[in-house]
Amino acid sequence: MIVLVGILVVVAGFATRRHPLLVVGAAGVITGLLGGLSPTKVLEAFGTGFASSRSVTLFVVALPVIGLLERHGLQDQARTLMNRLAKVSAGRLLAIYLVIRQLGAALGLTALGGHAQAVRPMIAPMAEAAAERRHGRLSDRARERLRSFAASTDTVGLFFGEDCFLAVGSILLITGFVNATYHTDLEPVRLALWAVPTAICATLVHGARLLHLDRALARDLPAPGAADSRVAEVGK
Amino acid sequence: MIKVEWLYWLLGAVFLAMAAQMAADRSNPKRLGSAAFWGLLGASFVYGTWVADKSAPAAPLGAAVLAMICLAGFGFTGRGTPATTTPEQRAASAARLGSRLFIPALILPLVALACATLLKGVHLGAGPLLQPGSETLLGLGLGVLAALAVALPLTRERNPAVALHAGRALVEAMGWTLLLPQLLAVLGSIFQSAGVGTQVGRLTTHFLPDGSRFAAVVLYCLGMALFTVVMGNAFAAFPVMTAAIGWPVLITRLHGHPPVVLAVGMLAGFCGTLATPMAANFNLVPAALLELKDQYGPIKAQLPTAGALLVCNIAIMSLFAF
Repeated sequence: MIVLVGILVVVAGFATRRHPLLVVGAAGVITGLLGGLSPTKVLEAFGTGFASSRSVTLFVVALPVIGLLERHGLQDQARTLMNRLAKVSAGRLLAIYLVIRQLGAALGLTALGGHAQAVRPMIAPMAEAAAERRHGRLSDRARERLRSFAASTDTVGLFFGEDCFLAVGSILLITGFVNATYHTDLEPVRLALWAVPTAICATLVHGARLLHLDRALARDLPAPGAADSRVAEVGK
Repeated sequence: MIKVEWLYWLLGAVFLAMAAQMAADRSNPKRLGSAAFWGLLGASFVYGTWVADKSAPAAPLGAAVLAMICLAGFGFTGRGTPATTTPEQRAASAARLGSRLFIPALILPLVALACATLLKGVHLGAGPLLQPGSETLLGLGLGVLAALAVALPLTRERNPAVALHAGRALVEAMGWTLLLPQLLAVLGSIFQSAGVGTQVGRLTTHFLPDGSRFAAVVLYCLGMALFTVVMGNAFAAFPVMTAAIGWPVLITRLHGHPPVVLAVGMLAGFCGTLATPMAANFNLVPAALLELKDQYGPIKAQLPTAGALLVCNIAIMSLFAF
């Protein structure tokens, strides 16, 4: 029972807005000690846990290339390109990216996209340029909202696409944990198959919200031209 | 055979080189603390190789992890003002290079794709070319090297250190949030070895209305989501909730179909990930990367989707698992 104090530490630490790293470190140390590990064993648990989870931080190797390209105008060029593409609204652009991201992740290409690799250098500037073309200068609030939705599109697409692929971390975690703990032999491919219904729901739900985003932006910032034409229509 | 550990050494070397740059960066008021933090991280990535294959003691690595936590947690790290190009220079460079700038950005995923699919079964001599099970990660690493090999001549940068500087600017902008996801995975493994799962199981079976299938499904899905919100990581919540209710109640007692229960249970946890600042890499890091004033902006954009998909997951599990 007493090992549950670790969970309380995480909840309390987070609720009182302590530094997240300190919360995680304290929760790990306390849980380990209460779970009957000696101080040396606690250090070993931190060490082995760190060594086996290094792949989580691996995306950092892409940052020097991205930084170099940005230094030489990658974001500017993404905007320029987007300005040339007529008629694709910000919401439709993000919806297209959602589908591409999901399909890519479902094929195991989780590195095809990502916040550092794709959203910051390409997707967000493209969506902004599309919105600017349609609505004129964006207010700070609209810009924040658009960027937030750009970030959310990548995350939702990745989460509900990747589990359809059998060699992904979460699927391997499920089979690894269950097969080791309960002495069964569950196949990754059967789990991946049952991730498909939720993936379809995710496309429909988030896609619909992205398509609605254009209308929400228009409500926030009626472009002068658009407002005039509406008046004209009412006049008819 | 190309091993995934080489990629970890490359990343370790990148962190160490950035730490050296930080130590010399007088525009950073906390340059020594920052250099110590990222230097330790780089050394840990290299040393981790021998901890992973159990040929070196794990305790020193654990001590290094706690030292990094303290360095960042008590505010000894900071960021400098990196020298970069002006907006005018960027616009001029974009006008000169045009869409050729996209070539390296596309080479990266294309090489990753080629490694994960075409090169996956390729053998060189006796063994496979890429370490089995790590083809996608290795593809990412090789993709970065290929993209860099194209980007440097394209941008007429002769010195690769320029890329390192540009990458360091992004790393410093993200700061310690960059390391939080990995530490959450560490916390999850400690929770599991300390027996947190079995304890939660005793609690939930105590409170569960006996035999009610729908209540059990809701409890498992909601529990995965809420636990993930707290832990910031569905991977950390999954062993706990599955040992608590997923396996003993839904599969053993109510005879649920294991692949449906477990796959959908994990996806219910992902709904929680969409909604929590503890999932720093998916929610806070993008806010920092996109320079948002409201660091909870991405979470606010995701909340309605997360809620709807949690309902979908409960429905899918109720319909197909029994």
